[in-house]
Amino acid sequence: MSREKTHVIPPAERAEPDLSSGKYLVMWQGPQHPGITGNMSLKLVAEGDTVVDCETHVGYLHRGFEKLMEDRLWMQNFPLVCRIAVPEPDFNEYCYAAALEELAGVEIPDKAVWLRTLSLEMIRLASFLMWIGGQAGAFGHGTIAQWSVTMRDYVLDLFEELSGGRIYHMYIIPGGVRSDVPKDFFKHVLETMTIIRKNLDDIELVMFHNVVFKMRAQGLGWIPREWVDEYGITGPNARAAGADRDLRKDPGYLAYPRLDFKSITGTRSDAYGRAEVRLAEMYQSIDLIRQIVDRMPKDGPFREKLPNPLYWKIPAGETYVSAECTRGEYGFYVVSDGSDKPRRVTVRGPSYTHAISLMERLARGVNIADVAGLMVSLHTYPPEIER
Amino acid sequence: MNELAKALAGRYGAGAWHDQRRDLSSVVVDASKIRDALRWLRDEAGYRHLSFATAVDNIERNAFTLTYALRNHETSHALIVHCDVDRENPAVDSIHRLWGQAWTYQREMKEWFGIDFPGSPRVDEEFVLEGWEGPPMMRRDFNARAYSDETYAERPGRATKDPATHMKERLYPEAAE
Amino acid sequence: MFVKKLKPAPLANEGLRPEERELFCDAAPTSYKGATKIVEDFYNWARAQSLWILGFGTGCGAIELRPLMTSRFDMYRYGIQARPTPRQSSVFVIGGYASVKTLKRIVRSYEQMMGPKFVVALGSCTINGGMYWDSYNTIKRIDQYIPVDVYIAGCMPRPEALLAGFQELKRIIRAGGAEGQNEYAINFDWYKANQKKVIKNWDMPDYSW
Repeated sequence: MSREKTHVIPPAERAEPDLSSGKYLVMWQGPQHPGITGNMSLKLVAEGDTVVDCETHVGYLHRGFEKLMEDRLWMQNFPLVCRIAVPEPDFNEYCYAAALEELAGVEIPDKAVWLRTLSLEMIRLASFLMWIGGQAGAFGHGTIAQWSVTMRDYVLDLFEELSGGRIYHMYIIPGGVRSDVPKDFFKHVLETMTIIRKNLDDIELVMFHNVVFKMRAQGLGWIPREWVDEYGITGPNARAAGADRDLRKDPGYLAYPRLDFKSITGTRSDAYGRAEVRLAEMYQSIDLIRQIVDRMPKDGPFREKLPNPLYWKIPAGETYVSAECTRGEYGFYVVSDGSDKPRRVTVRGPSYTHAISLMERLARGVNIADVAGLMVSLHTYPPEIER
Repeated sequence: MNELAKALAGRYGAGAWHDQRRDLSSVVVDASKIRDALRWLRDEAGYRHLSFATAVDNIERNAFTLTYALRNHETSHALIVHCDVDRENPAVDSIHRLWGQAWTYQREMKEWFGIDFPGSPRVDEEFVLEGWEGPPMMRRDFNARAYSDETYAERPGRATKDPATHMKERLYPEAAE
Repeated sequence: MFVKKLKPAPLANEGLRPEERELFCDAAPTSYKGATKIVEDFYNWARAQSLWILGFGTGCGAIELRPLMTSRFDMYRYGIQARPTPRQSSVFVIGGYASVKTLKRIVRSYEQMMGPKFVVALGSCTINGGMYWDSYNTIKRIDQYIPVDVYIAGCMPRPEALLAGFQELKRIIRAGGAEGQNEYAINFDWYKANQKKVIKNWDMPDYSW
C-alpha cells in the first residue's frame, strides 16, 4: 500500500521485475485512454491487480515551443505562449510579459496590476473547477464533472466578455493588459461568484461526504513531508503534505501583498487531503476575486506605451519570473542577447516533477483501478511537461 | 546576500554575482565544482528546492551555459547558478543524487542539446522525440524551419508567410503598383 | 463505390519482429460496397443519428470537447457520445495539432476503428499547420496521413462551432458523401507511404486492424 511514510528510496532506482517469469502484465495506460489527464501515457507493470512499476511517457504534445520562440520577435511570441499550459493560459502570458518588462525596464500602471491579478485568480478558479470534475470522475462520480464544468463555463463567459476569447485570452501583454474593463463587468463577476460559491457548497456536500470517494481517496498516494524538497514538489501537493509555501505570500507579486489571505496547508497528505486543500483554495479564490473587485482602482490607464513591436530590442540579460498556479510553481526563464528575438526561453512547469519522478514513485503498490485517481490527484497537465 | 556571494567565491571560486531583483540573483561557478557548490547550497545555505535545470547554447563563444535554479523558501530568495561547458564535448557531473527530479532535466538536456551527464539514470532514453534521427534540436545551428519545410507536406495557397508583407499587400494594394 | 475482387498481395509488416507477424493482420483494407440506394439512404440516416466519438484528446481541441458533454451545450441530444475504445466509436475527432509521436497513435487508433468511420479535424493546425507551421515536430496537413471528412476552423473552435461542424458531418453522411473510409482503402499505399515517411520508428503492423 502506498500509505507508507518510511525512509526515502534513493531517486530513480526502480524495482526491475522479471518480465519473463509470467507473473507480470505490462500494459499502457494512455495515450488513448479516458483515465489520463491529457495526452500522455503510463507504462504499468502489474502483478495481479497491483502496480509494481510505472514509467511515464510524455512527448505526445511536443511542439518545440522553445525553438519556435527563438525564431519570432518578442511581441510575436505572446500568442504562442498561452498555448503551453492549455487549461490555464494566463499564467504563461503573465510570466512572459513580466519577464520582458523586467528586462526592458518597463513599469506597468496600477490598474493593469490589479486586472492581471483578477485574471489570474479567475483562471485559477476555472482550472480548479475542471480539476475537481476530473477527480470525482476518476472514481466514477460523474455528476460533479457536469456541475463543475458548467461553472467553469460561466467563468469562461466572463473571460469572453473581458478579452474576447474563451480559452486563449491573450489579455496580459507586455506593457499591461490589452483592453479596459467593459461596462457592468464587475457586476457580472460578483453575480457569477455567488452562483459558483453556492455550487461549491453542493459539491462539498455530495463529494467529500460520499463514502465511496472517502474509501477510495483516503490513503491513496501518500506523500511524506521529506519528499517535498527531495522531489521539488510545489503547490497544493506540497501544502497538503505540510510544507507551508505559497508564492503569492512570499515573495509575493502583482497585487497579492495588498490582499488579505492565508496560505492553506492540510493535515492529510493523500488524495483526499489534497482534494480538501484544493477545495479550500477554490473558496479562497472566490474571496480574493471579491476583494480585488472591491479594492481595485476604477480609472486610470491600463497599458504602458511600448516601442514599435517590429523593432523592439530588449537589452541583454536573463531573468526568471515565477507565479503560483493551481499546480504549483510556474515559471519562465528568459534570456536576451540584446536583439529583437529571444535567445532562450524555457518554461518551468510543475507537472514536470509531479507527473514523472513523483508519479513513478507513488504508483508502486497502487491498485490498477486507482492509478487514474492518483494521476488526477497530482493535478498534472501534460502540455507543460514537454512544451 | 553578500555573505553568500563571499562564501561561494571563497569555497568554490564563484564569480559574477549579479542581483537581478530583490528575490533573484545569479552566480557563475566552474563546471568542475558545480556539484559540490550545489550540494553546499542545498545542505548549508538552505537552497533546498531545485526549480529547474536547463542550458543555453552560446554558439558564438563555443560553449553551453548550464542553468540551475534553486530556491530558499525561508528567505524567499531564488538563486541561479551557471556553469559553462565546452560545446564540442559537453559533459557535466550529474546531480541525480542531490534531487529526485534532477535526472529528468538531465535526460531532457541530453536529448535536446547533446550534453552528457555520465552516471545519470535513464539519460539515453527518448524523452519527447521518437525515432529522431537529426542532431540535438535545440542547438542554434539546427534550422527547424528548413527541416519542417522538407519533411512535412504543406497546403498550397499562401505565397508568403511573413505577416508584415502580407498585411501590407492587403491594406495598401496601391502601394505595390 | 466498389472495387474489383482481386486478392491483393499480403502486407509485408516489416516493422514487426518475424515471430510476431502471424499475430497481426496482413491484408490491406478493402472499400465498402454499398447496397441499393434506398437501403443505403436508410443506413446513412441511421449512421448520422448515432455518432460515437473516440475518447482520445490528441491536442488542444480536447479542452473544448469537455463543455460539450455538459448540459449547456449537450452533444448527447445529437446522438454523440464519447466511447473509450476505437472498436466502439465511429467518429475520430482530431483535436488540433498532431506531433509525430501522436500521429503514430492516431493512425493506429484510426485503423482500429470499425467501419463506418469518419474523421472530424478541429482547428487550423490540421489545415495548414497553424501557428506551429515551422516546428520540427508537428505535421502540417492531417489529410496526408488519414482522410478527413469535415474541417472545423478556429483556434480553438467554440463548442457552438463544434456542434455546427457535427451538423455538417451529419448532412454530408446523409447525402452519401462521407467517403473517407473508402478513400483510405483505395489509396492505402499512398497514405501508408506518407505515414512511413514521417513516422520514423515504425514498429507496428502495416494495417493495425
